[in-house]
Amino acid sequence: MSNGTLEIKAISGHSGKSAGNGVSRDYDVCKLIDTTTCIGCKACEVACVEWNGYEFRETTFDNTYQTMPETAWNFWNLIKFNEVETDNGLQWLMRKDQCMHCEEPGCLIACPADGAIVQYTNGIVDFNQANCIGCQYCVTGCPFNIPKFNAATKKVYKCTLCSDRVGAGLEPACIKSCPTGCLHFGSKEDMKFEAAKRVKQLHDNGHADAGVYNPGDPDGGSDGSIGGTHVIYVLNDAKHPENYALPASPSVPIFVKLWKGPLKWIGGLGMIAGLAALFGHYVRYGPKPLHDESDEGRRAQ
Amino acid sequence: MSDNIVVSHGTDLRKGEIVRYTLKERMCHWLSAVSYVYLLLSGLALFSPYLYWIAYILGGGPTVRFWHPWVGLVFFFVQMWMHSMWKREMTVTDQDRQWSKTVKEYVTNRDDKVAPAGNFNHGQKQFYWAMFYSTLVLIITGLLMWFPELVSLKAHGLMPLVIFLHCTAALVTIAAFMIHVYMGIVFVSGGLQGILWGHVPISWAKTHHRLWFEKVQREDRSRISSSEF
Repeated sequence: MSNGTLEIKAISGHSGKSAGNGVSRDYDVCKLIDTTTCIGCKACEVACVEWNGYEFRETTFDNTYQTMPETAWNFWNLIKFNEVETDNGLQWLMRKDQCMHCEEPGCLIACPADGAIVQYTNGIVDFNQANCIGCQYCVTGCPFNIPKFNAATKKVYKCTLCSDRVGAGLEPACIKSCPTGCLHFGSKEDMKFEAAKRVKQLHDNGHADAGVYNPGDPDGGSDGSIGGTHVIYVLNDAKHPENYALPASPSVPIFVKLWKGPLKWIGGLGMIAGLAALFGHYVRYGPKPLHDESDEGRRAQ
Repeated sequence: MSDNIVVSHGTDLRKGEIVRYTLKERMCHWLSAVSYVYLLLSGLALFSPYLYWIAYILGGGPTVRFWHPWVGLVFFFVQMWMHSMWKREMTVTDQDRQWSKTVKEYVTNRDDKVAPAGNFNHGQKQFYWAMFYSTLVLIITGLLMWFPELVSLKAHGLMPLVIFLHCTAALVTIAAFMIHVYMGIVFVSGGLQGILWGHVPISWAKTHHRLWFEKVQREDRSRISSSEF
C-alpha cells in the first residue's frame, strides 16, 4: 500500500540509498494512544476495517471482550483487554494494539525483497505487497508480533498508519473514529509534548506510576533498541508494560542483527576474497601436470 | 563409433582408460550439482540486496521463494542417495592423514612429494563431509523456514536463530563449493572429464589416485579397458 506522495527514507532489500532522499520537509508523524481514557468501544477496529476495505473476518471467542486473540492479516487494529491483579484490586486494562512504526524497524531490516517494505521520511513503515515474496522474515524481525501472513495470497500485511490518508493530509481512520479523544495524531514532537502533559496530570491525580511508552526513543522513556516508535502510549502503570501485553524493552532480535550485519559482510567479502585467492593460486601455480606421461594422457588435457 | 571402445559401468572406454565414475555416480553428482547451483543463486539473491537482481533473472522474488524449498528438497534427497553410495568411500583413513601432511606440496604442484591417495583424497573427503553436515543443517532449518506460519508462536523467537544457521551453513557450502569447482575444472585438469563421461586415462588415475588405481587393478579389472593388458 505504498503511497507515492510520501518521500521514502529506507527500502528493504535495496542496494544503495533511496532516490531523492532528504529533499522534502516532511516531519515525523506520531499516533498517541492514551490508554487511561480508552473505554474499549472498538470503534477504531471498525474504522480500520472499513477504511482498508476488508470484510469482517471470522474470529475466535475466548471468553474475553477481545474481538480475536491477535491482529490478523485483514484486521490490523485490535483492542487488547488485560486483567491484572494489583495491591489496589483488579485492573481491567484496554490497549489498542497495532503496528508501532518503529524508528528502526526489525521487519524492514530482516526483509530480503527489494521494495517490499518502505519507511517514509515521516516515520511510517509500510508494506508493499506487490514486492513481497512471502518469506515472512519480517515476522521474525518484529518485536511486537505485528506482520501477518495470508496463506492464500502468500503476502504479509499490517497497519499502514493510513499512509494513504496521511499522504493526503488526513489523520488515520482510527483517530477519526475515537469517541473519547484518547487517540491523537500529529507530529512526533507535539505528541510527546501532549503525552508528557497528560502524564503530569495523572501524577497530580495520584497515579504515580503513569508514564509514556516510547521504547528506545533518544529522549528517554523506555528501554529497547528500536530507536523510538511512531505510535506512543500513555500508560497508567508505565513501570509494567507487560501488564498491557507490551514488551518492556523491545529490540530487533540479536540473530537478525548478526545475520543482516556481520554475517552479510563477512560472507560477501569472504566470497570475493575466496574468488580472488583461487584466481591468484591459478596464476601462480597453474593446472596440475600429469607426472606419469608414459601412458596416453593426451585426452586429459 | 570405432570398435576399440568397450562399455563398462555405463562408460565408454578407449585404450589406456579406466572407469573413474560409474554412470550412476555421475548422474547423482550432476543432479546434486544442478540443484545446488539453483539453490546457490536463489539463496544469494535473498542473502544480499546487492545480489537481489539474480531473483529477477530466476523469475522474480515470489517465484524464487516458491522454488527454492522444493529444489532444496531435491538436493537433500540426492545428497542422501549420494551418501548411500559413497559414505564408505568417504571414511577418513590413515593414508588420508599421511596425504594431509603433504597438502602444502599438493596445492603447490610438488606432486612427487605428495603421499599417494585412494579413491578420494583427504581434501575431497573433507569437502564431502562439509557438504553432508551442512545439508543436514540446511534441510532442518529450511523446513522450518518453508512454513514459518506453522511454527508455534512460542517458538517464534527461535526463527532468527534458524535463519542465521541456514545462512551460516550455506556460506560453509559456498566456500567448499568454490574450492571444489576450482579443483575439479581448473586446477586438476582431467577431473571434469572423469565426472562428466566417467573415463580417465590410466596415467591420470596413477597420478592422482594411485592407491585406488592399484586397488582397481587387483580387484575390479572390469573398470580398466582390456586392450591395456
